[in-house]
Amino acid sequence: MTAATRLYDGRAGASGLGHVVEPGAIDVSHGTILYVDGVTVSFDGFKALDNLSFALDAGELRCVIGPNGAGKTTLMDVVTGKTRPDSGSVFLGQTIDLTRKSEYEIARLGIGRKFQKPSVLENHTVFENLELAMKGPKGVGAALFDRRGSEREDRIRAMLERIDLVERMHEPVGRLSHGQKQWLEIGMLLMQDPRILLLDEPAAGMSDRETARTAELLLSLAGERSIVVVEHDMEFVAAIARKVTVLHEGRVLAEGSMEQVQNDPRVIEVYLGR
Amino acid sequence: MLGRLRRLYGPRGWGAIAAFAVAAFVVVPALRLLVPEHSPLHLSDYYVLLLGKIMCYAMVALALDFVWGYAGILSLGHGLFFALGGYSMGMYLMREIGTEGQYRSHLPDFMVFLDWKEFPWYWAGSEYFWAAVLKVLLVPGLLAFVFGWFAFRSRIKGVYFSIITQALTFAFMLLFFRNETGFGGNNGFTDFKRILGFPLAHPGTKVALFAATALFLLLALIACRYLVTSKFGRVLAAIRDAESRMMFSGYNTRDYKLFAWTFSAVLCGIAGALYVPQVGIINPSEMSPANSIEIAIWVAVGGRGTLVGPLIGAVLVNGAKSWLTVVAPEFWLYFLGALFVLVTLFLPNGIVGALQGRRERAGRAPVLREKEAT
Repeated sequence: MTAATRLYDGRAGASGLGHVVEPGAIDVSHGTILYVDGVTVSFDGFKALDNLSFALDAGELRCVIGPNGAGKTTLMDVVTGKTRPDSGSVFLGQTIDLTRKSEYEIARLGIGRKFQKPSVLENHTVFENLELAMKGPKGVGAALFDRRGSEREDRIRAMLERIDLVERMHEPVGRLSHGQKQWLEIGMLLMQDPRILLLDEPAAGMSDRETARTAELLLSLAGERSIVVVEHDMEFVAAIARKVTVLHEGRVLAEGSMEQVQNDPRVIEVYLGR
Repeated sequence: MLGRLRRLYGPRGWGAIAAFAVAAFVVVPALRLLVPEHSPLHLSDYYVLLLGKIMCYAMVALALDFVWGYAGILSLGHGLFFALGGYSMGMYLMREIGTEGQYRSHLPDFMVFLDWKEFPWYWAGSEYFWAAVLKVLLVPGLLAFVFGWFAFRSRIKGVYFSIITQALTFAFMLLFFRNETGFGGNNGFTDFKRILGFPLAHPGTKVALFAATALFLLLALIACRYLVTSKFGRVLAAIRDAESRMMFSGYNTRDYKLFAWTFSAVLCGIAGALYVPQVGIINPSEMSPANSIEIAIWVAVGGRGTLVGPLIGAVLVNGAKSWLTVVAPEFWLYFLGALFVLVTLFLPNGIVGALQGRRERAGRAPVLREKEAT
């Protein structure tokens, strides 16, 4: 045993894995950033998720599809702490158990979530929306004595350019179009600087041009961040997907490339068979 | 910090505040104390008391607006925090009576009447003014903190929260009605003689209390304005509009609501403490559920989410009340009910909200538009 590994053993315990994990840091040493293992969620006897397992690689862009009621949104609820699973585990990296954390703690750990219906602050300006979402101290004390700085403004401005809302930065968000709100919400997520983005129907209600640009944006983010996209729009999925997971009745029905999935007889039956 | 304070209001806002300060600290005291009594300009004790009382109500309205307008938490129990502040001050005022009560005892009359021989433990230290000040801040503050901690942890909101606050103030009213509780039962505290050694019947004391009330009202307004224009206020309004968005952005929304809620309760306590030495009585009827509902009406009439609106609402409604209850007392409750219905139908954003709306119709969207939290 070298001096270095002895030191490591002293800190991390004799895990035998030969690497160190800072407390709170996400350990992706095995290449996987999110593990959902055997999760079951039932509402009044109806199983929204039925022993579902799902793993997301660091830097991966994954699409999750499935008919209504397949459990797509519930899966996001479980990962973000909104819904507690009845059984099963959810881990961020190798070490962080998400089922014990509340929504805001999970968000601070680096999981950002976009809702199906754009959830933006309608009465706040575009600038304020991005400012409030921005990574940084988010406690009451920090908010009471907060001062705006030029560094912050620069970062917000850069994001405004990226989501094409510079001209409207001082307008209340209530006046934006649906597509612009969708973009703003993605921008808010990115201001959080998350490791994982969970996007629930990011292209819903967008024009073809906006959809194409959203696809471009997501593809440019993959690699540096891990992304899960829940989507109904098959064209959009085909445009961005590398790996697709098909959910049905709370279980994983199929997983693979778009082509594999589309030719899977079970998938065809679920989508067309009734 | 000073620059930040200066930017809280524009020139018109600071002008209005200065005008109020001159009226409260110079004009009213001069008209009461310096102008001779036979002069038509002389201000009688009745009006000094009425104005002082209304300023206390205005402070409560401001406190409610802070949580209702900016955090979306409608409390129908703010009268409780007001009364607790009042009782905290009242205990001290009872001790200041000394042995000048009916029974010439060092105990307050109601305790003699109950045949108590000494003060119960929770009256310890009540003879000190500083202890009263501490209690005025801590009793409403702690109660609000504990209540809010459980309510917000359980994610109780909207109408459910409002109903529980009604129940809370009702429960405390029943508790304070009991003679054995040790706060004078349904008679409460009254017959106060002096505060800090100054006789309460003296015009100078009355004017000083009036001026102190004006000072605290101004400080409360500026503190609230600071809070709502800070990042704290933007987060609070964001929680009001879309709480889950804020949770998923990494904000512990419970802490924000709890801070706003407790701060608001403390403001009510201060208002109650200023109210009691001026009106000379505090009893459990201040905790009646109807009282707290009335506070919400002041805020709604003036315009919630505006801070200054509720001040105006409190002045108008209470001005009308003191006039109507003399002229046609049996109509007061009908008037209040009709006022609430009319404001809800025709001025959903209150008086100030409607004025702002007219000014901004071409410009910004209305500041306050309730959005269903997702």
